[in-house]
Amino acid sequence: MALSLPSQFINLLAAMMLLIAFAMLSQRRVLTLINLFALQGLTLTLSTLLVAWATSQPHLYWSALITFLLKVLLLPWILHRLVRKLNVKWDIETLINIPMTMIVGIVLVILAFNLALPISALAGTITRSTLGIALAIVLLAFLMMITRSKAIPQVIGFLAMENGLFFAATSATYGMPMVVELGIALDVLVGMVILGVFFFQIREHFDSLDIRHLEKLKED
Amino acid sequence: MLTIAGIAAQLTELMLAVLLAPLFTGWVNMCRAWMQNKSAPPLLTPYRVLLKLFNKEPVLAQNASPLFRITPYIIFGCMCLAAAIVPTLDINLPFNAAADAIALVGLFALARVFMSLAAMDIGTAFGTLGARREMMIGFLAEPALLMVLFTASLISGSTSLSSIVGQLGRMELMIYPSLAFAGVAFTMVSLAENARIPVDNPATHLELTMIHEAMLLEYSGRHLALMEWAASLKLFAYSCIGIALFVPFGIADGGNWLGILISLPVLAVKLAAGGFLLALIESVSAKMRIFRAPEFLGTAFLLAVLAMLIHFLLES
Repeated sequence: MALSLPSQFINLLAAMMLLIAFAMLSQRRVLTLINLFALQGLTLTLSTLLVAWATSQPHLYWSALITFLLKVLLLPWILHRLVRKLNVKWDIETLINIPMTMIVGIVLVILAFNLALPISALAGTITRSTLGIALAIVLLAFLMMITRSKAIPQVIGFLAMENGLFFAATSATYGMPMVVELGIALDVLVGMVILGVFFFQIREHFDSLDIRHLEKLKED
Repeated sequence: MLTIAGIAAQLTELMLAVLLAPLFTGWVNMCRAWMQNKSAPPLLTPYRVLLKLFNKEPVLAQNASPLFRITPYIIFGCMCLAAAIVPTLDINLPFNAAADAIALVGLFALARVFMSLAAMDIGTAFGTLGARREMMIGFLAEPALLMVLFTASLISGSTSLSSIVGQLGRMELMIYPSLAFAGVAFTMVSLAENARIPVDNPATHLELTMIHEAMLLEYSGRHLALMEWAASLKLFAYSCIGIALFVPFGIADGGNWLGILISLPVLAVKLAAGGFLLALIESVSAKMRIFRAPEFLGTAFLLAVLAMLIHFLLES
């Protein structure tokens, strides 16, 4: 029961990340959603820094720096700009109503926690108990991508999923090798840029960002 | 432990709660007025209102049944009992053993049922409307409150409030993410239960969206005074539950008078801070549409369930 102080703080930050994931799931406004995403990135940075400091793993400082630059500054800035340019500040439409989504979210969290328990029993890292939370964040981001019909919230869900994966890597094995991490960071960035171009194309064709239009194969 | 000293301490605590509850309400009103840049009403206004109402003759509708007349006494009694169960000054009080956290929630539910019945008794549209809304809020708020209390019981291994507080107060300082979640959930539930701003507005008497006030519309005189007093007591009891669960430090645990003397100013400081916080929340948030209230309380329930899950994952 006696956890060390850094590990307590890491647990607290993990819990906060889970809370932010739920807040994103229940959010109706695009701008707040972007801010929440930035906040999640900041929490992730803090927890990575803390793990780096507590376990003296210097390469994690670099990961934290990349996370901070990319997910707290750059991506939210790009998203804000996109929202301004596309002029899509209005409310997000959801396919299932929000309380229902929350209940599904709870079930996912229980699933993730159960899935992670045997794994974290084997792990010897300081962060082993947060693996379940990381999995839950990934699943919740999935859920967000499934339940939103507009393109921008779906992209944010994708980015939040990457947050969760990164967090899982830190909690299971103290992060991935630097090459992989850099590759993923670049992938996310390029993906974001391409999706940004996509948004404009989608809107030009269908006059809306509702991706349900993409399901039609033929033009009527 | 039924000793003379214990009973005396219990009575002191109960009397303090009953007498200080209107003062707490007055303090919250005062803070709220300050934050909205108004000149604040005197701190003792709630007492004056109570005195005025007790001196007035109650007026009853012609078709009022006995239920309507006894309800204020039942509700006042329920709230007194609740205030006696919640450990405020000392954890070693004889009443604390009589009822645990679940019984406390039941006690609040009993008061709610009688209040709704009385509101529907006269048959006016407003009363029925208020009663229905109150039941809607209630059935969503109660499970969330229970979950919060269960989280605290899981950490301390008991559902009795006094042993929960004793355990939490004695433990070494440690961060409990689950308690943080439970704290947020509890704040949301108590806002809804005490008819505070995001859910209901305590400052209006005639508004189509009112809940608590709609049920009191038919009451007057000493009945209304008792109802108002009971509402203050409920707010006081909820604040004390919050303090007991989340900042239990400084509470006396031996049943001796010295400990109580020390814990009294500590409690006063905590209550003042709590009241300030409540006024702050009320000032910065806007009242919700009534149909958003289920979502608000659903979120509270979700947070409370998350608190329990996180306790199992991170703290066990």
